[in-house]
Amino acid sequence: MSAYEAIFWFLTVVALSCALGVILSRNPVSSVLFLIATFFAISGHYILMNAQFLAIVNIIVYAGAIMVLFLFVIMLMNLNADTEPQKNKLVQLAGVISGGILFLVVLAALKSSTVKTLEQTATDIGLIKNLGKTLFTKFVLPFEISSVLFLSAMIGAVVLGKKGTPHPNTENS
Amino acid sequence: MPIQYYLFLSLALFSIGIMGTLMRRNAIIIFMCIELMLNAVNLLLVAFSKMYNDASAQIFVFFIMVVAAAEVAVGLAIIVMMYRKVHSVDINILNRLKH
Repeated sequence: MSAYEAIFWFLTVVALSCALGVILSRNPVSSVLFLIATFFAISGHYILMNAQFLAIVNIIVYAGAIMVLFLFVIMLMNLNADTEPQKNKLVQLAGVISGGILFLVVLAALKSSTVKTLEQTATDIGLIKNLGKTLFTKFVLPFEISSVLFLSAMIGAVVLGKKGTPHPNTENS
Repeated sequence: MPIQYYLFLSLALFSIGIMGTLMRRNAIIIFMCIELMLNAVNLLLVAFSKMYNDASAQIFVFFIMVVAAAEVAVGLAIIVMMYRKVHSVDINILNRLKH
């Protein structure tokens, strides 16, 4: 077993066990921490596949920004005590069975697909120079549209998160 | 590494996300499971990008991250707003729209 394969299996085991920890842990804060560990393992996979830029962006955006936002919300709501009432066992069992059936069906469908091995050769398509060229030539219109999306998301979050003031008409009368 | 290993890994992550979405009642945990599913798809896209030696898939992953960030901002704002109204994030209480 080469070092590449050893790293692959290690990262796979870490990602899967931490993903299970996300859905099985009672405490929402430890769920967030497990999810951050999962994202780090996925970033390791990206580095293994020569997608260095995406690995860094994944850590900065997901583990850095989004998960901190989750952590803030959980701590603001004071949910870190495990007060969550559990669903009844039947609903939990149904969830596990339907997820497992999806896994098995897609696994069976993909099992006989053609095997193509990813070479371990170093490619430079994942580097920021190459990705930037593609982003600003082929995908420049979606890039600009995504800025509008961000603006609307920002305004929407501010409007929704603001303390609800009474309606201006009722306030005046 | 055969491409199938990456297929099965991201499939397993996606299934775990679906199980979590169906099992848990806390709205924030459900939201986190959705993030997990998005990341499983991202991993698969990067694997295919490496397989076909094409940078477009990695740009797609970039856009998925953009959309996920916007989605998290709005979704968490909605959850905070609901928490102010009903003082709970239990999704069984949040089904008022039905009545």
